[in-house]
Amino acid sequence: MTYTMPRPSITRSSASPWRQTKSAVMTASLVLALVVAVVPLVLIILYVISKGWASVNAPGWFTADIPIFSRAVGPGMGPAITGTLMITGAATAMAVPLGVLGGIYLNEYSAASRYGNVIRFFADVMTGVPSIVMGLFVYVIWVLSFGLSAFAGALALGCLMLPIVIRTSEEMLKLVPRELRESAYALGGRKAGTIVRVVLPAAAPGIISGALLAVARAAGETAPLLFTIGFVNQANSDLLHDPNTALSTQIFKNAISVFPGQVSRAWGAALTLIGIVFVFTILSRIASSFLSRKHQS
Amino acid sequence: MTATSLNESQMTPTNVAAVNESNADLADAPSEIVFEVRDAAVDYGSQRAVDGVTLDIASREITAIIGPSGCGKSTFLRCLNRMNDFIPGAKVSGGLTYHGEDLYGSKVDAAEVRRRIGMVFQRPNPFPKSIFDNVAYGPRINRHKGDLSAVVESALTRAALWDEVKDKLKKSAFALSGGQQQRLCIARALAVSPDVILMDEPCSALDPIATSRIEDLMVGLKRDYTIVIVTHNMQQAARVSDRTAFFTTDVDDRGARTGRLVEFDHTNTIFTSPSDSRTEGYITGRFG
Repeated sequence: MTYTMPRPSITRSSASPWRQTKSAVMTASLVLALVVAVVPLVLIILYVISKGWASVNAPGWFTADIPIFSRAVGPGMGPAITGTLMITGAATAMAVPLGVLGGIYLNEYSAASRYGNVIRFFADVMTGVPSIVMGLFVYVIWVLSFGLSAFAGALALGCLMLPIVIRTSEEMLKLVPRELRESAYALGGRKAGTIVRVVLPAAAPGIISGALLAVARAAGETAPLLFTIGFVNQANSDLLHDPNTALSTQIFKNAISVFPGQVSRAWGAALTLIGIVFVFTILSRIASSFLSRKHQS
Repeated sequence: MTATSLNESQMTPTNVAAVNESNADLADAPSEIVFEVRDAAVDYGSQRAVDGVTLDIASREITAIIGPSGCGKSTFLRCLNRMNDFIPGAKVSGGLTYHGEDLYGSKVDAAEVRRRIGMVFQRPNPFPKSIFDNVAYGPRINRHKGDLSAVVESALTRAALWDEVKDKLKKSAFALSGGQQQRLCIARALAVSPDVILMDEPCSALDPIATSRIEDLMVGLKRDYTIVIVTHNMQQAARVSDRTAFFTTDVDDRGARTGRLVEFDHTNTIFTSPSDSRTEGYITGRFG
């Protein structure tokens, strides 16, 4: 006598009701978690838009100087917009090349060495340094000798970006398969040439999106700029000399004011800053998907 | 040796065809020796991975290396073009010469060794570049002067891929099928005019049709190149190779596994009258 497996019907109604309940409960809680995560984001953006839209829409918002008198009502944020772009741009120009080189060193030249581990450890520590401490550091080593300037702010932001860029570059390089390097070596390739021609292009989409996310984060930093760039009301296009201003520090200064004109300028600056960061994020997505599509279709 | 080698390399086409037809026709007189391996061993850290390999690899022949998993076939193959240099802790000892020169001599330029001794890997691994740029990569890094597209066309033709890709050279290499990608990797290796091609289980990720195309290709290529192939597939070794080396694994009392060369002979001899009982056991399917 042989034993045969019982053969339940394959129709859906025979599925256990308990299993269906579990499935429904889990699906509902996942949807709820998503809603909880998204709602604050949507609320923040809607609130900032509703409060700041009028300021941003006023003619001259992007170009006019910031009114000197606290009671003045109306635009502009021109100097802060150019300041933010200048400071973030200079910080990027310093931190991204250096960070990518650091990532290459860590992953390609010192993967398991003690020196590499020490650098990796300090890069991680540096990621955790509060941004205001980074500002204080730049204040001591630069501002005390050379005065407030956009460059000093860029130094502080660059110090914040550097460890992020180093670690993302290293992680992205680590993902490049060994076979790819070996096939370059098998053709008589040397190490440096292989890194430049094969490994970096393969890791480029990830490195670029990591770098642009670091840029987006740095663009919104306030604390390290407070005592490195100072405050001005007119645009200062000199990177190296004299105080400058940025959107984030203008938000800080104007939002705590008692005058309605300044408060509405703070909301406008907040909306402008969100817009700039949003554009950076979109650009990073486009750049990395363009680069990975170029090779994979 | 030089006189014999010249005669060997100037074989008439009919002779070559005769050699290809049957391994038994292979002259026993030694043809030019490309690799002379004498008691070679590879250590990973304190663990000996391969030990006591002694064999000669002859020019313009296909030498197959077979054996069970973990017997050090690939490790040994990677010694021949210094690919083990990149594995931390790997150390090669014993005598390995290439055309009489010590492969591991202190003055040897490993990159130049790898240019002359190309390699095709287990999984097709084209660069994330266009088909053209994949093949042109080797000539470019070796500062090729002259018409790059002629080099690319000739390499793709020799790899029996030209007709399939000539209209889409600018397309990404990932657009090709697995078998085509592997032939592209062969073309890429041929483009730097190597002397030897090492193949590390080149068909293990391919279907039977793609496999048979690669096998046909190998038999055609041995007219101009010396080929060493590691394979899991005994039928493949029997079909394409002239000589076969059989490796196996020894396990010592501490459980450490070391690969050893058991037998090296003409493929026909290995498959019809092996002298070692372990070889016979493996090829008849009793283990491995």
